[in-house]
Amino acid sequence: MFKRTRSTDDFAEEIKAHLELEAEELRREGLSDDEARRRAYIAFGNVGAAQERFYLRDRMVWFDNRMRDIRFAIRQLIKNPGFTTTAILVLALGIGASVATFGFVDAALLETLPYTNPSQLMSVNESSDESPRWPLSYPDYLDWQRMNHSFSSLDVYNNTGYILNTSSGAEPVQAERVSGGFFQTLGVQPMLGRDFYPGENRPGGPNVLLLSYGAWLHRFGARSDAVGQTVDLDDRAFTVIGVLPRGFSFAPAGSAEFWVPLNSFSDHEKMRGFYTFWGIGRLRPGVTAQAALAEMNPIAKQLQRQYGITGLDLSANVVPLTEVIVGDVRPILLTLLGGAILLLLIAYVNVGSLVLVRSESRRREVAIRGALGATQARLAEQFVTEGLLLGLLGSLAGMMVAAGIMKLLGSLVPKGMASKMPFLGDVGLNPHTVAFGAAVATLAVLLLAVTPTLRLSSLKVREEMADGDRGSGTRLWRRLGANLVVVELVIAVVLLAGAGLLGRSLYRLLHVPLGFDPNHLATMSVMAPGTTYKNDEQVIGLYREIVGRLSSLPGLKTAGLTSMLPVQCNCATDRIHFPGRPDHGEHNEVDERHVSPGYLPTLKAALLRGRYFTEADDPSHPRVAVINQALARKYFPNQDPIGQRIANDESGRPSVWEIVGVVDDVREGPLDVESWPAEYFPINQTRQNGFSLVVRTSQDAGSMLPVLVNTLHQIDPNLAISNETTMTGKIGATQAALLHRSSAWLVGGFAAIALILGVVGLYGVIAYSVSQRTREIGVRMALGAQRSSVYTLVMRQAGWLTATGLTIGLICSVGSSLLIRSLLFGVEAWDALTLSLVALLLAAASMTASFLPARRAASVNPVEALRAE
Amino acid sequence: MPSQANPDDRIALLQGTLDLLILKTLVLGSCHGQGVARSIQRQSEEVFFVDHGSLYLALQRLEDKKWISAKWGVSENNRKARFYSLTAKGSEQLVQKTSEWERLTRAMGLILGSTRANSEEA
Repeated sequence: MFKRTRSTDDFAEEIKAHLELEAEELRREGLSDDEARRRAYIAFGNVGAAQERFYLRDRMVWFDNRMRDIRFAIRQLIKNPGFTTTAILVLALGIGASVATFGFVDAALLETLPYTNPSQLMSVNESSDESPRWPLSYPDYLDWQRMNHSFSSLDVYNNTGYILNTSSGAEPVQAERVSGGFFQTLGVQPMLGRDFYPGENRPGGPNVLLLSYGAWLHRFGARSDAVGQTVDLDDRAFTVIGVLPRGFSFAPAGSAEFWVPLNSFSDHEKMRGFYTFWGIGRLRPGVTAQAALAEMNPIAKQLQRQYGITGLDLSANVVPLTEVIVGDVRPILLTLLGGAILLLLIAYVNVGSLVLVRSESRRREVAIRGALGATQARLAEQFVTEGLLLGLLGSLAGMMVAAGIMKLLGSLVPKGMASKMPFLGDVGLNPHTVAFGAAVATLAVLLLAVTPTLRLSSLKVREEMADGDRGSGTRLWRRLGANLVVVELVIAVVLLAGAGLLGRSLYRLLHVPLGFDPNHLATMSVMAPGTTYKNDEQVIGLYREIVGRLSSLPGLKTAGLTSMLPVQCNCATDRIHFPGRPDHGEHNEVDERHVSPGYLPTLKAALLRGRYFTEADDPSHPRVAVINQALARKYFPNQDPIGQRIANDESGRPSVWEIVGVVDDVREGPLDVESWPAEYFPINQTRQNGFSLVVRTSQDAGSMLPVLVNTLHQIDPNLAISNETTMTGKIGATQAALLHRSSAWLVGGFAAIALILGVVGLYGVIAYSVSQRTREIGVRMALGAQRSSVYTLVMRQAGWLTATGLTIGLICSVGSSLLIRSLLFGVEAWDALTLSLVALLLAAASMTASFLPARRAASVNPVEALRAE
Repeated sequence: MPSQANPDDRIALLQGTLDLLILKTLVLGSCHGQGVARSIQRQSEEVFFVDHGSLYLALQRLEDKKWISAKWGVSENNRKARFYSLTAKGSEQLVQKTSEWERLTRAMGLILGSTRANSEEA
């Protein structure tokens, strides 16, 4: 049917030949020349119709019409560049934002982890009253491994750090200690070399390691002979036995470069009460997480009873490994996806009403084409084609926007955080995102194609032709348009309220009392090589040298050292008890920090009682401690803590510390967690080679960093220095701040776009309604209506729409804010201030948007309005 | 009006019969469209009215089915014309269609003839 062997020209030729032959014959029968030709034509009948029938005979009429429709549609779109660009832009924005967000959600929540059968992989840990996920102690791990039947393998991992010594100097590096079967449990095989041998993870096993792909690339230049070479970590020689594949990542290990078998233990680590190892396990086929948990719980409790562990109420925690890896970002991603879908909805509604307005202004064209014989179906086809074309263009643009956004957002995530979110590497245009994009695009196309056809079905040719574009706009459109605007305003309110609440949460978070002044503080980590600094005298000498040299630098006020910077985590904790009080084995866990005499004054931590440390608090003097208020309040209620003593096991030796001072709570843990009790010991009495440096500067702290590094290297070029940054930068880069900041900014962005689209939509409806009612307004004014009453007329309509949108929106936003409760900090979902600000903002924007058309209405000249008929 | 009968006396061709008439006409030798039309009208004693548009579509249809073939040539009075001739397949079809037609008319005659025999044949 589709072949066209004979041209229409050839057919026309044949008909022409026929007519001539016929005329000739008629002439021979005695007719005049003209008469013969006339008769021949009459006898033939409708030549045009015959040709048309031939033309239509074996052609793809449908396809032909489509091509014509497409050409017509392109002409229509080009003729209305304003409409076309707006529609495509709005669609691109909505589709781009939603597809990009989906890309992240897909990568984080839907894509499976890059391991064999990831659904069988569980995070297997203890659970305590302190935290639902509590690490294992090594002895507990061995017992769990021996006693359980649910897991085909059970392994542990533990973050660690080493000093890497190379010919170019010393450098702190991240590493991971793992039990021997760790990679088999994950189902990961080294790309080069081999996995650990069974014996290598027993205590006293050889110093071997696996390189991460990154380490192999950057430290060994991706040479295949890397396997077999040795690496100097903490002055011990480790042999490289293999290289992990490129796609391998294990989020809890961050960007660990060296993977070492767990075969040497500190004294603590051999203790049953020292919880520091995190477990993973592979479920046996057919065993569920619940069943495994049901088995592990009694085991945990039995071990606790058997070994008399007190102070903690231990049970087991078995959750899918994915949960642990993406758990933190799940609420924020779902919030963002929700926001993006709302934005997409608003974009749909906006484009839909644009198309409606346009089909409205084409009423006459449609009526005329109908009168000329175009069938309803044929007219609908035309509109569908236009919708298809517009939808496709918008969707294509949207996919490009999405690809751009995904790339941009991916690169905006700070490196430190990115390594904890391995799924970021998978974000991009992949089958999932493209499928989602296609679904979203199909919806857009359907919407664009169907909306004007709805309008078409109510078409009454005669009325429409007579009506033209005069009179008061059709009721159908006015009602539909108004409803659409209310939807847009509702969505805008919901997004604005969400953004407002998240913004206030971020503000609250960043203004949480820190207990110290974070401005003008420069910080960095320092690692002193253990080969040079071996004893108290050498290490304390280094501390004094550093503080002394730095304090004499111009622009620097004071300097202090600490084992751990504030606002990081409630980790590096200590279990304390109180000499002279009955010990029932309570689990008194407090943050433990080792600080130099100048540290607390440098932070400007307020001293509430007693004194700070002095240089005299060294190994030759009695051990002393400074505590924070939380500790004083919790353990010394209604007592003077000064002079009281706390006891612990310092480096495995029982020690007693006399409290000499109480400081205000310096926030050691994350911003969104209450301050824990904390104890400070003099760093001079707890010597350690790795520490952080805090320096208070008189000007911008960031600009002083190079000078600081320089000075330290003058003292000893072998000091390994890393993480040079300012305290404010450090706090801003904490996970809590980042999560809150990114969610507030992104939802804020969505809300801003939604507000603009919603208000533009409102403007469109009011302006259109005014333009349709010009005549009515003219009549009213001719009959004596005042300009003010025309204002009232228009503004009342706008006010009503706004009020409806606002009311429904505020109700919906309380609901939606409850859904994002987990992201809120220090603010309630129904926060009155935020909601009233949102209401005010939207009302003001709406009134501005409707004031312009109202002014146009009021300036209508009645004479012209009536004459325009 | 030399060769035209009164239009009211003409009968529109039955659906499907035109193909048969064309094939029959072409048995006598190749002919162009105008010749076929004239021939059908003449042989039916001007009873059949051939709609020329339909005729040419029918010719095209038969050509597509390869029952007839066509080529441009020159008519007896030196005019350019498209000449159609019967193919082997066309001849087969003619035999088949003719016998079908005869069976049809015989059947029609049997039914209609019973009443007519009295009034006309006598």
